[in-house]
Amino acid sequence: MNTPREFPMSIEPERYELHAGRTYHFDLPRRDFFKVLGGGIIIFCLRDTLLDAQEAGRNRRRPEQALPQEISAWLHVNENGQVTVYTGKVEVGQNIRTSLTQAVAEELSVAPGSVHLLMGDTDRVPFDMGTFGSRTTPTMNPQLRRAASAAREALIGLAAQAWNVDHAKLRAANGAVTDPESQRTASYADLAKGRELAQAIPAEDPLTPAAQWKVMGQPLAKVTGRDIVTGRHRYPSDIKLPGMLYGKVLRPPAYGAKLTALDSHDAEAIPGVTVVHDGNFVGVAAPSTRVAESALAALHATWNSPPKQTSSDALFEYLKKNAGQGEERVGHVVGSIEKGLADASQRLAQTYTVAYIAHAPLEPRAAVAEWKDGKLSVWTGTQRPFGVRGELAETFRLPEDHVRVVMPDMGSGYGGKHTGETAVEAARLAQAARHPVKLVWTREEEFTWAYFRPAGVIEVSAGLAGDGAITAWEFHNYNSGGAAITTLYNIPNQRIQFHPVESPLRQGSYRSLAAAANHFARESFMDELAHLAKMDPLDFRLKNLTDARLRDALQAAARKFGWGQSKPQPGHGFGIAGGFDKGGYIATCAEVAVDSASHQVRVVRVVSAFDCGAVVNPDGLRNQVEGANNMGIGGALFEAIQFENGRILNPHFAQYRVPRFSDAPAMEVHLIDRKDVPSAGAGETPIVGIAPAIGNAIFAATGQRLRSLPMAPKGL
Amino acid sequence: MPRVTQLLINGVKFSVDVDAGASLLSVLREDLDLTGSKYGCGEGQCGACTVLLGGAPRRSCITPVGDAARKPITTIEGLEKDGRLHPVQQAFLDEGVMQCGYCTAGMIMTTVGLLKVRPDPSDEEIAHYLEGHICRCGTYPRIMAAVRRAAKSMQEVRS
Repeated sequence: MNTPREFPMSIEPERYELHAGRTYHFDLPRRDFFKVLGGGIIIFCLRDTLLDAQEAGRNRRRPEQALPQEISAWLHVNENGQVTVYTGKVEVGQNIRTSLTQAVAEELSVAPGSVHLLMGDTDRVPFDMGTFGSRTTPTMNPQLRRAASAAREALIGLAAQAWNVDHAKLRAANGAVTDPESQRTASYADLAKGRELAQAIPAEDPLTPAAQWKVMGQPLAKVTGRDIVTGRHRYPSDIKLPGMLYGKVLRPPAYGAKLTALDSHDAEAIPGVTVVHDGNFVGVAAPSTRVAESALAALHATWNSPPKQTSSDALFEYLKKNAGQGEERVGHVVGSIEKGLADASQRLAQTYTVAYIAHAPLEPRAAVAEWKDGKLSVWTGTQRPFGVRGELAETFRLPEDHVRVVMPDMGSGYGGKHTGETAVEAARLAQAARHPVKLVWTREEEFTWAYFRPAGVIEVSAGLAGDGAITAWEFHNYNSGGAAITTLYNIPNQRIQFHPVESPLRQGSYRSLAAAANHFARESFMDELAHLAKMDPLDFRLKNLTDARLRDALQAAARKFGWGQSKPQPGHGFGIAGGFDKGGYIATCAEVAVDSASHQVRVVRVVSAFDCGAVVNPDGLRNQVEGANNMGIGGALFEAIQFENGRILNPHFAQYRVPRFSDAPAMEVHLIDRKDVPSAGAGETPIVGIAPAIGNAIFAATGQRLRSLPMAPKGL
Repeated sequence: MPRVTQLLINGVKFSVDVDAGASLLSVLREDLDLTGSKYGCGEGQCGACTVLLGGAPRRSCITPVGDAARKPITTIEGLEKDGRLHPVQQAFLDEGVMQCGYCTAGMIMTTVGLLKVRPDPSDEEIAHYLEGHICRCGTYPRIMAAVRRAAKSMQEVRS
């Protein structure tokens, strides 16, 4: 059942969910479809060979692609001067609808309010690999700016032609072209009226440097804010179509359990209910969720006993024991570990572990599927609309141009919504019921049938010279992943290796991938080494670090926090951690308080400094860093999936504790705005600093070194 | 099972015909297409479905519609009046709270309820009152700030 798919080299191997085969196999007919584009002034954004490997999936053969594959986005100025931008990137709460709007407004010299982004509708936007890996800001942002810049030049060109004036003498501002000499002005609407101009952006199209930005670099309120606070915005689970039914899927009692018999007579007797039994899929469609639930309860299913499977209690032993069975990539080796250890006056070795955790997006996976004239349309929450289109086309044996996936801005994902099982399930139900069907996973389904952040075991050892210089560094990650596994610290002798393991639970991408786990181990261990060297943790890091940007981040966070300036009060401790991933540099200081009676840990105060190049939207960026820290407190202190024999034991918010108001510390975020460096993405990297900063602070407060995430699920 | 045939929501009478035991959330979303109230857990653990029942915040996912039929219901759709946002809605915008925004409606409804009984809540009271709400994006500090801002602006209006 698991036929591996081909993906470009730029997809990290640990995005397991993207490499898995499809879940269901159905039989279906095929039909043709159409595609229409509007008029006005259209600017095509041609692919840049440097930027696009991931977004385009250029190594992948896509003969059925409706649009030329070299187009990555386009922009349309209509005859009213309104700007529509078409991109395959999607809004999942990371606020790119707003930051990309700023990018277009900046280069096109229009008010952000006149720009509308059409995102993630596979019939209307160019192919995009997906919204993950913090790629939108470094890739789509400059592409849209180039398109906007080209549109501005085209509009100036039209004015130059109409007025018979040299192009270079004209200026664009506030949605109009002006001739400073004659004081003539024409709005974009006037210039676009009656035109049908389509052009590709020139290969070389200089962008406005960050130092001259007027719209970018400034806070801009979330463009959909009003729709959200009024409840008007329709998330994927809010979509309603005429005649729509509601679906439910029958789940096995445990992973690996097989259906041996199904009696659906009672369920089918309920008015309006359709039961679908196709291979390993059993589901119902009904006029309401309430009736669908009754129908599901009326199904009499017999399951065989699932195979014996490992448990969360035995997990780390399991991962170590089963390592080395898959194919390992060559590790990262510098110098000679043996020599480095021989040069050391002190040595240290420790093991860290990381539990499986759930994304638990507040909006569970949801899809509405509709079949019409042989064509399948699905509205669903996913970070990969084109990936889900591919899944649907493959599952239902349709050409991809018979499948449309639309992704309304959704209720978050954190890397957890890369796959399309809900879309496939809804589509199968809709096909059988001959009506559109909505399927929204329950919280329990979301906790059980999505995928998890990989668990892992990380072994670290090092040698220290008498002056506190690290002479040797060995780092082995079992299963959790290879993201940010290498170190920025200057160490002459290194051996670093990721060891894949056949995971007992379904695992996949999670905000920052394994960068959070690898930073937890690395930055906790750096603290242990500092202690061994009898040095201040910040001084120790700086002694072993020449990377200017990480040094700046560490020093900025320390300064804002007051590191070294004051002593923590009794029962409190200060911790620091820093890191680098996906073009961003984060440093985080934390103060924790440990209650001497209850042994509960509370994070009191957090200060982060973050450098991701030129800041596009400082307020949106701050929100991301604050949110990453708060979300990261869960994985640091108490989130863990418990499982046994193919069953998740805590699939509810009452059992799986996530950060709440009382967990949120006082927080300060310091942005290091590097206008001389291209902007990097920011949705992921800030999360890597919080867990080690907390762990190091707990050590400072108590002398207790916690090496397992979560560190204090029930207090110390 | 007794039936419920009428609900008073946001000052408007709606005709329905549902089992009294059906959850208020399912009736709002499926029967009336009032989708501003969200499903997050179905167990009263996350607060995304919160509405006001007789002015007090209630988890609509675990409230039988039969209980709700006896009192006026306010949902997120009912806060805006003549194009003017409720001060709590405005405060959420002004503080730039939202990332994905899926928890926002519930947060706002509970805040409206809170400020009715505690017009000037302390930070501890805000956190305590909102503890039953989850924001997975982690915007808690901004929500706190929005509640404080809303309290302030509503007091200014009163004085």
